[in-house]
Amino acid sequence: MKPRLIVSRQIPPAVAERIRAAFDCPFPEGRDMTADEVIAALTETNADALMLTSHLKFGADVIARVPDHVRIAATCSVGYEHIDVAAAKARALPVSNTPDVLTECTADLTFLLILGASRRAHEYEAIMRAGWRRGFGLGEMLGSRVWGKRLGILGLGRIGQAVAARARGFGMQILYHNTRRLPEDQELGATYYPSLEAMLPHCDVLSLHAPGGPRTAKIMNAATFGLLPRGAVFVNAARGALVDEDALIAALESGHLFAAGLDVFHNEPAFDERLAKLPNTFLLPHMGSATMETRTAMGMRALDNITAVLAGKPPIDPLWT
Amino acid sequence: MAKPVLLVTRRLPPAIEARASRDYQVRLNTDDTVRTGADVLRLSQGADAVLCCPAEKLDGATISALPATVKVLGTFSVGYDHIDIAAARTRGLPVVNTPDVLSVATAECAMLLILAAARRAGEGERLVRSGQWNGWAPTQLMGTLVSGRRLGIFGMGRIGRELARMASAFGMVVHYRDMARLPADLENGAIWHGDDDSFLAACDVISLNAVGGESTRKWLNAERIAKLPRGAVVANAARGTLIDDAALIDALRDGQVGYAGLDVYDGEPKLNPAYLDLQNVVLLPHLGSATTETRDAMGNIVLDGIDAVLAGREPSNLVR
Repeated sequence: MKPRLIVSRQIPPAVAERIRAAFDCPFPEGRDMTADEVIAALTETNADALMLTSHLKFGADVIARVPDHVRIAATCSVGYEHIDVAAAKARALPVSNTPDVLTECTADLTFLLILGASRRAHEYEAIMRAGWRRGFGLGEMLGSRVWGKRLGILGLGRIGQAVAARARGFGMQILYHNTRRLPEDQELGATYYPSLEAMLPHCDVLSLHAPGGPRTAKIMNAATFGLLPRGAVFVNAARGALVDEDALIAALESGHLFAAGLDVFHNEPAFDERLAKLPNTFLLPHMGSATMETRTAMGMRALDNITAVLAGKPPIDPLWT
Repeated sequence: MAKPVLLVTRRLPPAIEARASRDYQVRLNTDDTVRTGADVLRLSQGADAVLCCPAEKLDGATISALPATVKVLGTFSVGYDHIDIAAARTRGLPVVNTPDVLSVATAECAMLLILAAARRAGEGERLVRSGQWNGWAPTQLMGTLVSGRRLGIFGMGRIGRELARMASAFGMVVHYRDMARLPADLENGAIWHGDDDSFLAACDVISLNAVGGESTRKWLNAERIAKLPRGAVVANAARGTLIDDAALIDALRDGQVGYAGLDVYDGEPKLNPAYLDLQNVVLLPHLGSATTETRDAMGNIVLDGIDAVLAGREPSNLVR
């Protein structure tokens, strides 16, 4: 008999295919379910496992209602702010995420934000969609060149390092701030700053790759934006909570920042619409891992975790041990 | 000694106008009025040097009618199709241009087009700005991964090679098509193709970086598009004439080409209006080299050349 699985959200076709082959699942392709619907489905089908995404707030209240026959909850995401890991651990429910598989994809998108913001892609696209039909003066609508600039990275982890690798192809000088300095073989010539404040004045471009949580909440605020050189470009493909958006908007309006590229927002999807009224922003709807290849890899990795646990092994990517 | 007189035909970046004003009795065009060849003749009376732009057609008649005081002609461009070079040579008038300095900015634009097209940035941007975004979803706006894919570069000149360097940093495997294979130090690991068929079959992403003109006119046509892997990404930051627009539009509609990013168009600033109805294209208005740094570098190199000629030295950027 195949193990029984509930999938709380739509997933790519290749992942659904694997589920059909290996699991007993009422909606192998997934459908958007509320927490109540998920609990009901798990209970009714006597499910062995749950595959979820970040839309499902998997807090202590929901975890308490998960029936005992469910042996793992696997999220198709690297982030797990939507999961109360302590509550899962307290009742010994294994939970897993999908690290590594989206590193390159997210780094590509981060660099797209850098290029799109610096080279005014939003304004240019809008001119085209309006029909163009006019020339530009030699000093008109100029962007900021990326090549050869100094890139500051807050959080030189896996994704930060992948962004740094791309930046080297553009002759950029890499600066970074982490809580701890990396070993030299991982730094690859990047300059370490023991404090964010010391690094910011040297950043022509700043990209955030820091973890969430209270220590980094609004780490970019009026004071820290003020330390960037005038005309700097700011990008964030990590977490909206890292940024005080009032301060960001003020810095974009005053011209202190040349432009910003954002894939994440403080409130999603009900983001601050003042950002959309600014010409010098390049805005994407949280698409860091949005490729068929990567979303498929994330789904497969979640299934690998589920398969491992149902075979009596520990999860590959446990969120608690 | 009085400063020499310099005619500048169009508005230039502030840093360049400042340098010109410091070193010359400069005749600026503060309103950025469009100039004709006849305007240039009228305004250059008594000038020692003229700094023109591609918008002015300086044909043989205009060149030979330039006042005898004009000792050097600079153009704020790499290309000099707008200047009758043979006539300048006959008259003994040196012409200086802005070689090299646009390569990185243009390659950067090509990489932007590749990423923006493959990752559906146009659609994503419009979704956010429309106020219709309902939130993250696992299958929303899934594009195609750039990292690790094969990039085919058609035309491996300076810009193509800069793009190759950038793309390699994204883990892309670079293939190229050019008339002759490059020496190993310039090739830098890229894979040369001596024929179109093997090249096109290797292009998950294809970037056009070749010269314009009749020999490459509509090079990317229906027949060649059919030889690309299905769903390929097409980028063009070189010349609009390289693409058969009708064929590319058909391919974008039926999915043979998954996404396209374009900065140049056949007949620009007009473009085939069918592009405007397609969601899977990212369109930029020929601003491939439009950065402050690049425009300043162009202004500085062309002024260096004019300075050199007037000082009796050989300029490094002389058009030969």
